[in-house]
Amino acid sequence: MRAPAVVRLPALLKALFPDSERVVKIEAETVEDVMNGLEARWPGMRDRLCDTTPAIRRHINVFVEGERARLDTRLEPGADVFILTAISGG
Amino acid sequence: MNVRVLIGSKKGAFVLESDGERRDWRVRGPLCEHWPLTHVAADLADGTIYATGGNAWFGPAVWKSNDGGTTWTHSSQGLAYPQGETPVQCAWVAHAAHGRLYVGVEPAGLFVSGDGGESFREVEGLRRHPSRPQWQPGGIGLVLHSIVSDPTDVRRLWVGISSVGVFYTEDGGETWSPRNSGTRCDFLPEGERYPEFGQCVHNLTLAPGCSDRLYQQNHCGMYRSDDGGASWRSIENGLPSSFGFPVAAHPRDADTLFFLPLNGDTKGRYPPDARVAVWRSRDGGAHWADSRAGLPQSGAYFGVMRQALATDALDPAGVYFGTSNGSVYASRDEGETWECIARDLPAISSVETMTAA
Repeated sequence: MRAPAVVRLPALLKALFPDSERVVKIEAETVEDVMNGLEARWPGMRDRLCDTTPAIRRHINVFVEGERARLDTRLEPGADVFILTAISGG
Repeated sequence: MNVRVLIGSKKGAFVLESDGERRDWRVRGPLCEHWPLTHVAADLADGTIYATGGNAWFGPAVWKSNDGGTTWTHSSQGLAYPQGETPVQCAWVAHAAHGRLYVGVEPAGLFVSGDGGESFREVEGLRRHPSRPQWQPGGIGLVLHSIVSDPTDVRRLWVGISSVGVFYTEDGGETWSPRNSGTRCDFLPEGERYPEFGQCVHNLTLAPGCSDRLYQQNHCGMYRSDDGGASWRSIENGLPSSFGFPVAAHPRDADTLFFLPLNGDTKGRYPPDARVAVWRSRDGGAHWADSRAGLPQSGAYFGVMRQALATDALDPAGVYFGTSNGSVYASRDEGETWECIARDLPAISSVETMTAA
């Protein structure tokens, strides 16, 4: 059985989805699968992280094994996925 | 009677509360997790408060509170264009009417919710208008920022889009037509200043008790229409400038309205001579009088944005405006005298009111 990805969410997202968890395990072969898995757990979360291009939002960074990822980035079994808010605002 | 002044700001929503005397105000906020909000407004039929915005990290959303602003939820379900099109950047304005919630967005389009802001669908007829490929963004982008509905007819809506103009539907949004005749574009070459569309409307309001009288603040002038926007005539004679952003109607008197002119689009966009005045007409725009008592009369270099002037429903009516440097001014006597009821808030984008027993 394929090991699930370990996904870490930013603190700001926790504020928007109070029932969510900062670290979640999701069965996923791509970052797109991760987003859909988050949406299944906490409806509305995908819209906060992705636009309808479809693409990861400009000021959201997703890192997989230390590399910045896109929705079609493939994941190794048990991959570490970090979702971070980029520097933005004023 | 309890009065709430709803503030949309660059760093969240604020709610200012007072009793019917409107002398002492309590400020709650920032709300909505500090999201940049362009508009906060209530559905006066059921007391729900909605807030629209676009967050640089998390995109567009409509926030909703059923308990007077204490707790909030957010949604953008269905608030999206089809894949491949430029995504919705910001939910810009909320307007509740006839049990529906309308939301204008950037890039310009109109959405509607029939379930109290839980989910949305596009009113597609507007973007199907043949002029759509020629719509050009204004200074704030290509934004649908004003929505006006006819309280007596659910099928009739007017919307205002920056640098595009006013559009009107009388079939519930299936078909739309421009409503810009008589409003001018000073920024176009001479002889081409009255196009069918392309006008930079800044704000629209419907006169109370009327289905066809509209008032408009435009980038280039103040206007009145008595035929549902089919034609407009200038009412700027007597005002110190033709430029400004908001317009507000009296809650009961169709002939009383308020503008807050700024000094001009190329002159800094602050009150003329840096002295603040709200201008009121009691005769539908034929004559104007400035109201200054209690307002800064020197060194005022702030702006007042398109949704940041409002009246309340009490008698005498309260009038309120919020500034780009975070102050809220209020009049409890229909604009005769003013006082500052909040200061040092974030830059204010909108002011609306609600009253409750």
